[in-house]
Amino acid sequence: MRPLLLWSDVLIYLLVLALCLFFLRLRRDPQTREHWRRVFSTRLGMVTFTLILVYVGIALLDSLHFRRALEPVEGAQRSEVFYNNQVTSALDVMLVGMGERFERTYSAPFALKSFAKENMKDENGLLYRDFPLLEHAGRHLSKPAERWADVVARTLWALVCGLLISAVLVGVQWAFLRRSSLPWYASWGTQTAVICLAVWLVLISRYYHVLGTDRGGVDVAYQSIKGVRTAVLLGTLATLIMLPIAVTLGVMAGYFKGWVDDVVQYLYTTMSSIPGILLIAASVLLFQVYIDLHPDFFSTGMEKADARFIALCFILGVTSWSSLCRLIRGETLKISQLEFVQAAHAFGVSHSRIVTRHILPNVVHIILITFVLDFSSLVLAEAVLSYIGVGIDPAMGSWGNMINSARSELSREPVVWWTLSGAFFFMFVLVLAANLFADLVRDAFDPRTGSGVAPA
Amino acid sequence: MLTYIIRRLFYAIPILLGVNLLTFTLFFVVNSPDDMAVSQLGAKYVTPEAIQSWKKKNGYDRPLFYNPDAAGSGAVTETIFFAKSLRLFAFDFGRSESGRDITTDISTRMWPSLAVAVPSFVVGIWVNICVALLVVMFHATRLDRWIVFVFVAMMSISYLFYIIGGQYLVAKTWRLVPISGFHAHGQFWKFLILPVLVGVVAGIGSGARWYRTLFLEEANQDYVRTARAKGASEIRILFRHILPNALIPILTGIVVLIPSLFMGGLLIESFFGIPGLGSYMLDAIKSQDFAIVRSMVFIGSILYIIGLILTDISYTWADPRLRLD
Repeated sequence: MRPLLLWSDVLIYLLVLALCLFFLRLRRDPQTREHWRRVFSTRLGMVTFTLILVYVGIALLDSLHFRRALEPVEGAQRSEVFYNNQVTSALDVMLVGMGERFERTYSAPFALKSFAKENMKDENGLLYRDFPLLEHAGRHLSKPAERWADVVARTLWALVCGLLISAVLVGVQWAFLRRSSLPWYASWGTQTAVICLAVWLVLISRYYHVLGTDRGGVDVAYQSIKGVRTAVLLGTLATLIMLPIAVTLGVMAGYFKGWVDDVVQYLYTTMSSIPGILLIAASVLLFQVYIDLHPDFFSTGMEKADARFIALCFILGVTSWSSLCRLIRGETLKISQLEFVQAAHAFGVSHSRIVTRHILPNVVHIILITFVLDFSSLVLAEAVLSYIGVGIDPAMGSWGNMINSARSELSREPVVWWTLSGAFFFMFVLVLAANLFADLVRDAFDPRTGSGVAPA
Repeated sequence: MLTYIIRRLFYAIPILLGVNLLTFTLFFVVNSPDDMAVSQLGAKYVTPEAIQSWKKKNGYDRPLFYNPDAAGSGAVTETIFFAKSLRLFAFDFGRSESGRDITTDISTRMWPSLAVAVPSFVVGIWVNICVALLVVMFHATRLDRWIVFVFVAMMSISYLFYIIGGQYLVAKTWRLVPISGFHAHGQFWKFLILPVLVGVVAGIGSGARWYRTLFLEEANQDYVRTARAKGASEIRILFRHILPNALIPILTGIVVLIPSLFMGGLLIESFFGIPGLGSYMLDAIKSQDFAIVRSMVFIGSILYIIGLILTDISYTWADPRLRLD
């Protein structure tokens, strides 16, 4: 086993670290604490935040990559170890080989037989056409009729295991948090549901394909879970790349005014007047050409896909800063007219100190709101970009690629609906949770809807 | 007013120049003239001479920005950038890399795009306002909270699902309309119903939610309280007081989108096989036809800038307190 560090892995761990430090720092500010308290004093805030954390957790687990050592070949030198070209992650280990149980082609959820007929030979060597049995589904059954009884029995068993595990986890949390006034029980309920679902999925997918298999025979549930990392990373990294550009330019334009303001306004009007999709497509094609010309930079297909992925995040970030920049410019213009900034000027405080001490803390809420709002729109945009052909590399699982391939499947007879449903379910839950959470954050942090006005 | 508009139009020139420079540089790095020649000629016929003659025929045999061999102003004018990009300012789009006249293509493909985009836009706004008004009537009840939740849920569904779902349900299962295609004459409305329906339904979530916030913002104003104190009925307050005032932000918010209707919808058109400008653009991206993309980016930027100017004008029209000068 040899660890493999992809660039996006490094970035996501750095990002999580930075966010944790950021929140720890913010804890010291009583006003910000009050805002967060408002977010988490609702049940909805607890549930959606727990769900988002689950997705982020899956993404983090899926970001610990390594390459398995291959079995030494007979006669080869013992000291030399070869590594598998297939990149594995910690998540794959936890899913107990869910992604390694391949079938030959489509199969429906919980099916025992394949979707397509094949030529087979019976005991007497006669050719006949029928649906072949699946390699990894229902092989333990003696009769096909026992299937549903078996599924129910295993589901109950998984439920018992899941409840036991979550009882331990929730119990530990309860011991620490029972005096808290926040509605933690909403979070615990969500945790229990997620754990039960996860345990059920892992246990039962050893015997069945829960969401069927796709055209290449890969388990759809596995693919959907692998899409989590792509979505979470894209949503966070792209915004993170966009933030420094937008904040620097916006604060500069609003604070210094004059020609700086003119230049920044010119830049963002130009950027936003180009149809976004064309700009992104052009940039992605540009990078694709670069990758194709330098194949020796990347030792595995995964690294190549990763390079393209980071480029995509970068491009999405660089092309989408204009709206946030406009907001921050406006807010900075307003703040720099206020008395406390004037007073700072009068005392001879330097520009950099005014910006960091007086301007930035007062635009943080805009940055935060944009961060959570953009996350869900980026996840949705990924699917569209993959459809146009400038999205994620097919070697890297993504919901966009799944939807793209599922387009022709709906016209089949009988309909292949499970690939689309798998991608839909996982994407919908993440985007819905993010959208609802973003609403709560906006309500709590936006001064216009702030605590001063009692809700009607 | 007129001087303001003229000044804004002059401001547009450096922006368009910047747009041109950016797209030109981007696409030129992707696709050098040699690559374009290879992809247009087909790999079979590629010889150095053939590439040279293709470049000469299509005008790619010149330097990029500066031509030291030409005399006088020719140093700037006899370059690819001048010939290919700056000519766009005279609305001279030239020919695509596959030899078709872009101006004709755009003027014929504009109509199918408009035929889908305008009904979707108009019906969409109407439906959103109606739904939002309905929700405002139930404001601060349990029903209101659930409807807002449904709006957010509808926003969280990818546009692709609306299209695929609509095609599957309406066209394939119920067989009410054709799945895709377009017909310029006769029963063309049959082909338009589904794209318009999908466009409207997909927009309800975000649209109606936005309008609801606008209505509620107005509902907190003093004049509403005054009206209520004078004994006006809730229905009258909603339709005679809140609606006209909330229409101002709605109007100014959507005016910027009107010119872009010409560009059509990228996804809708490609899924429903409508030969409009959206699918034109998508095909151009896929076949890397530089000339078409350049023209479309230029048109798109112009339409966006027109939208911005129209927004400013609509502000003065909707709010007489504002003056542009």
